[in-house]
Amino acid sequence: MQDNFARTSFASKKSLLEVRNISQRYQTGSGELGPAVLDDVSLDLKEGEIVGLLGRSGCGKSSLLRIVSGLIFPTGGEVSYLGQKVAGPVDGVAMVFQSFALFPWLTVLANVELGLRAKQIARDEARRRALKAIDLIGLDGFESAFPKELSGGMRQRVGFARALVVQPNILLMDEPFSALDVLTAETLRTDLLDLWVEGRMPIKSILMVTHNIEEAVLMCDRIIVLSSNPGRITAEIQVRLQHPRDRLDPEFRQLVDKIYALMTKRPEPVAPGREGAFPGLGFGMALPRVSTNTLAGMIEEIAAEPYLGRADLPALADSLQMEVDELFPVAETLQLLRFAEIEEGDIKLTAAGHRFAEADVDVRKKLFGDHLLTYLPLAARIKLVLDERPTHTARAVRFLEELEDYMSEDYADRTLKSVVNWGRYGELFAYDETSETFSLENPQ
Amino acid sequence: MLSRFVAFTSLGRRALPNQYDLFAFALILAAFIAISQVSQSVTLPLTAPESTVVSLDYMHLPYYALRTTLRMFAAIAASLVFTFVYATLAAKSRRAALVLVPFLDVLQSVPILGFLSFTVTFFLGLFPGSILGAEFAAVFAIFTSQAWNMAFSFYQSLRGVPRDLIEVARGFGLSWWQRFWQLETPFAMPGLIWNMMMSMSGGWFFVVASEAISVGDTTIKLPGIGSYLALAIDEKRIDAVFAAIVAMVAVILAYDQLLFRPLVAFAARFRVELSAGQIQEKSFVANVFARTRWMRASMRAPAQLLRTIALLRMELPVRSSQSVPQSPALSRMIDILWIACLGLGTVWAGWLIVDYVRQELSWSDFWQCVLYTIFTMMRVVVLMALATLVWVPAGIWIGLRPALAEKVQPLAQFLAAFPANVIFPVAVVFILKFSLNPDIWLSFLIIFGTQWYILFNVIAGASVFPNDLKEAVANFRIRGWDWWKNVIIPAIFPYYVTGALTASGGSWNAAIVAEYVKWGGDTVSAHGIGAYIAKATADGDYPKIVLGVAVMSIFVIMFNRLLWRPLYDLAERRLRLD
Repeated sequence: MQDNFARTSFASKKSLLEVRNISQRYQTGSGELGPAVLDDVSLDLKEGEIVGLLGRSGCGKSSLLRIVSGLIFPTGGEVSYLGQKVAGPVDGVAMVFQSFALFPWLTVLANVELGLRAKQIARDEARRRALKAIDLIGLDGFESAFPKELSGGMRQRVGFARALVVQPNILLMDEPFSALDVLTAETLRTDLLDLWVEGRMPIKSILMVTHNIEEAVLMCDRIIVLSSNPGRITAEIQVRLQHPRDRLDPEFRQLVDKIYALMTKRPEPVAPGREGAFPGLGFGMALPRVSTNTLAGMIEEIAAEPYLGRADLPALADSLQMEVDELFPVAETLQLLRFAEIEEGDIKLTAAGHRFAEADVDVRKKLFGDHLLTYLPLAARIKLVLDERPTHTARAVRFLEELEDYMSEDYADRTLKSVVNWGRYGELFAYDETSETFSLENPQ
Repeated sequence: MLSRFVAFTSLGRRALPNQYDLFAFALILAAFIAISQVSQSVTLPLTAPESTVVSLDYMHLPYYALRTTLRMFAAIAASLVFTFVYATLAAKSRRAALVLVPFLDVLQSVPILGFLSFTVTFFLGLFPGSILGAEFAAVFAIFTSQAWNMAFSFYQSLRGVPRDLIEVARGFGLSWWQRFWQLETPFAMPGLIWNMMMSMSGGWFFVVASEAISVGDTTIKLPGIGSYLALAIDEKRIDAVFAAIVAMVAVILAYDQLLFRPLVAFAARFRVELSAGQIQEKSFVANVFARTRWMRASMRAPAQLLRTIALLRMELPVRSSQSVPQSPALSRMIDILWIACLGLGTVWAGWLIVDYVRQELSWSDFWQCVLYTIFTMMRVVVLMALATLVWVPAGIWIGLRPALAEKVQPLAQFLAAFPANVIFPVAVVFILKFSLNPDIWLSFLIIFGTQWYILFNVIAGASVFPNDLKEAVANFRIRGWDWWKNVIIPAIFPYYVTGALTASGGSWNAAIVAEYVKWGGDTVSAHGIGAYIAKATADGDYPKIVLGVAVMSIFVIMFNRLLWRPLYDLAERRLRLD
């Protein structure tokens, strides 16, 4: 068992991994380099620490993890592991996946052995080490099961065993608990932390990606907060709480609140020349997919007891059982459409938001449509084009191509779909899926 | 301790052989003996009397059936090798895909039967004087009917390997060889096996057609069910025709039970799904094998060997460019050069064809071909429509009754596998006897073997119609035309398109055999491109064969592109229930 204190004094430890000025850009639809996903990201990973990369979808945290593991190449900057430049998958770095990524045709044992057998390690030796890892991670008795027979939690344990068996120095985890239900995720976290604190795992350090603030505070020694579009490091927070940490500890809560506030801080005005990312304004803004029902529900929730128009985001997330990744897009869409404002980790309804909460369906739709036209340049553009054309129709491709100048194809697609949905609700225009055409008419 | 438990748990307590061992052993031994017998006779010189003489004695039928089956297996083995190489190349290299994928697409639509005369001449030239050349020609003909859709399915699977699994493989440093056997092939397995089954079904048709063939004055007869049938037709022996039909039924049933059921049951484990499947594929043979003791123990060493081979690293001498991104400008330059090369190659090939045909034929031949192709196309269209009208309602009716569907489905699949050309003589006898108009009555032969694809796909579609939708339909009392239009037809449509696509492709091919049939000295022929090609083949008129096949290919490709492809897209996009 290692000394807890020794583990928390990292300054003297040597760096396992150095990430220097990494930037990564989209290939846009036209094949050229688009705006950055990651912009000038640098960080160090030292021996004996768990570092969390905290950010929302679109902040490039998963890309960063893949760059670190040598699976993809950055457009700029470099990664070095133990002083050596990373130029491909590295021995000594193993990854655990959000989707588990198990081979469905292999048994648990064969899945765990695979990494060893691939390296031509003798059969008996591989078997011995695999069984040891399986034992360590609590999978005894499941050796001959196929992944599809296992529950999510058990599958992720296989994922852990498979990563540990190759005795890596660094364990990378890509949202390893987010596909699991709340109880299972908590059990797995605790088990993993126990193994870590007791020093029973061969690994020297962990780098994990997460969008769950509480999870980051629970597990990490250091939390690096990334902004979205492009991903930049906006804050670095040391967590000096002793393991096992208590979620109800006032210090714990304070940290969580602080990070909420950091993550919802309004971005500084964007540099001229480049149109802003969400929630800055502009035509080329990537929109999240948020259903109008969710938006309406959220407004009602905030307007009602006990919040009465102003809610603390962590409390709201807790009571609605929403992850940050679900909550933030909703909150920010409301802010974008001026139905709410976000400040210091609180969300507050605007006058329009209050009116929306009290109105009936038709008035709500009208109000929503008006706000779309006023505050969402893309919606306004579509409406303008439709109004100006004698036929009052326009192909979706036209807008999609424009969007692809600013973002990747996937994002452009998602953004347009969001606008279609919101525009339909606000009765701004009609959209025909088969011919992919906008029009002003409603079907007869 | 634990490791011993895991390693030996499957061996059981007693190591004595049991009755299942006996059964399996007998089967395998018989297969060995059969193969050794056949391998002696395929290397006989062509002049040896016993090599090409086919006798109508029923006693010989089992041996002929065996020869036919082995040809089939040789072809499927060749198709597998082709699939692995071709599809992998197409999936791994963007530039190779630029050529290989459209090539495959065209090959799928070309009526291969039309080219039989060329391949026979080619292979006979390759092995002068030996019957091996003729054997190769027959195997090649079967291969050409099997390989394309298998390669296509494998290619599509390779493109669809989940990204996270690829990352695991790369992260753990699997070499290309290991990745191929540990990840890509297992992932592609269910699709590949299904397509192998479809290919085998189609293949029986070709094996029958390719065993006895005359090109000009050269007549090839390879011992097999096909040549037995051809002889029976020559000698007008209807009893022998029925004997051939019975032999064919037995062969197809045996191959289904002994080979494909076990394979499908085996492939089920490779399905990527998150929950345990509801449908359990069962196989009698696989169950027997699973209960054998010695048999399984004896398979251990070979299985271990295969596993070891699959885990070899087989590193390429040049490390496959550690995905260091090329400079985009250079990459684009190479692309442009490559496309230019392809363009030139295409123009050159086109000119070669035109030049070859032009020397012997005139424009009037061309227009005649077009006209005949239109006749054949009308036949295909009308018959597909008829088959649809009959089998779609029938399939729906059966599919909605699970107990019935379970019984009918294997029958429909069997009928699809049964080579319809074995039945043709019976139809010809009828046409001759009642002096029926061949232009009308021969047409039915085109659809005879292929209509079953529509039936069993529609049954499959109707039987997975979700129960909650059934309840909603009952609840809202949707009946009559509304039910057909808004409920069941959209629900089975994707399945129908899959079946009809296969049926339509098969029908074009069948036209070459079905529009020009013989009974002894009598020839019954319809007006159509199939008869045109078949007649040109019999006369050894190569330019006409090329022209006929080329025109027909163009029509088939247009037919697929303009009709089936859009329908398929529509089904994929709008009507998927999952």
